[in-house]
Amino acid sequence: MITIVDYGMGNLGSILNMFKRIGVKACVKNDLESIQSADKILLPGVGAFDAAMARIAVSGLRDILDYKALVERVPVLGICLGMQLLTRGSEEGALPGLGWINADTRRFPAQSGLKVPHMGWNIALPTNPSPLTINLGEEPRFYFVHSYFVTVDDPADSIMHTTHGVTFDSAVQKGNIFGAQFHPEKSHRFGMQLLKNFAEL
Amino acid sequence: MLRTRIIPVLLLRNESLVKTVRFGKFTYVGDPCNTLRIFNELEVDELLFLDITATRERRGPNLKVLADIANECFMPLGYGGGVRTLDQAKSIFDIGFEKIAVNTYAVEHPEFMTELAKYYGNQAVIASIDIKKGFLGKNLVQTYSGRHRTILDPVAWAKELESRGAGEILLTAIDREGTWSGFDLELVNSVADAVSIPVIAHGGAGTLAHIGEVVRQAGASAVALGSMVVFQKKGMGILVNFPEKNQLELALE
Repeated sequence: MITIVDYGMGNLGSILNMFKRIGVKACVKNDLESIQSADKILLPGVGAFDAAMARIAVSGLRDILDYKALVERVPVLGICLGMQLLTRGSEEGALPGLGWINADTRRFPAQSGLKVPHMGWNIALPTNPSPLTINLGEEPRFYFVHSYFVTVDDPADSIMHTTHGVTFDSAVQKGNIFGAQFHPEKSHRFGMQLLKNFAEL
Repeated sequence: MLRTRIIPVLLLRNESLVKTVRFGKFTYVGDPCNTLRIFNELEVDELLFLDITATRERRGPNLKVLADIANECFMPLGYGGGVRTLDQAKSIFDIGFEKIAVNTYAVEHPEFMTELAKYYGNQAVIASIDIKKGFLGKNLVQTYSGRHRTILDPVAWAKELESRGAGEILLTAIDREGTWSGFDLELVNSVADAVSIPVIAHGGAGTLAHIGEVVRQAGASAVALGSMVVFQKKGMGILVNFPEKNQLELALE
């Protein structure tokens, strides 16, 4: 069972729809007990960095999330803003991130002809092998919507990269902690395969 | 490199899909769920559903149909038609759509666009603009599915909507819609030049060459297809289809 953490930011309907389609049990929860007993955690997120960190703080779930990710080490997948929250912090906000991955979140540079947000389908190519990215086929493409991107300190923590003006880490893994900048739940068979991979970890 | 998005626009009327010509002359296309299952298989970039009678009938979105759609779709989804409140918007986002298009209500209450963008982010807000040439050949914005004429100039209105937080603009040329005769390149160009957000060109697509020229010459960021993806050819029967990936790439080169 995958527990999707509902801290009030994100499009949970489509994630649930996709899990249903691929026959994976998932639930949406926001209470301490449910998160405590979760064996896999999905951290969604759409919106602003500080708003999300503030909501996590207010939800009272921060300690249990830290415990599950860092002590119990259950698989955690952050999607979109949820991946950015895994980093130390973002140029979008002032609040520190969860800091589970040694990485920073930066804004796309102002360049002529470069549209921000980076919105649409783009290719994400595997960098380091990871169980999250197996069987994606050639040229896996995913749907992105974001104005900020993640760069990891240690290249070994990157598992996919994508180019939009700059080349950034579009998926990351550090041990049991995974992040995907794109929206697998909106990315046809590529997203289904990735979520299936997460479910089978 | 971002791929240019090619977006089927599907028109809801009651609980069916229809296709129109210049916003009239409805042809029944099929059941929304059967149709979008085909688009799912074809792995289209994105889908936009427009309920073309909601505003005229003064009703809100049909959430049941939208939920059925979202359950079947694993691609970005947009919806437009009769959205007037943040509560309605919330229901649509919760169902699994990520963009909402607003047209008539934006003209009547432009502050709604600002609110929508504040709560859900610019990327979730599509400003839909319908345009028709007036008697003197001047482009004017229309509302209520083309039934009401306003005095708004498309370029000025697009800039206003951008400043109010719209993340993209769906620009529909009513005179071209359903005609297969090509996009109004001048119109698309004038708006794309004036704003920095993506402009989705809509109305007139009939060939791959049309798609290519509206992107390369007129500066459209994305292209909306109607008749081309639901009919075999102009004047022929229903056939849900989507251009081949390599053909599209050639056309967009």
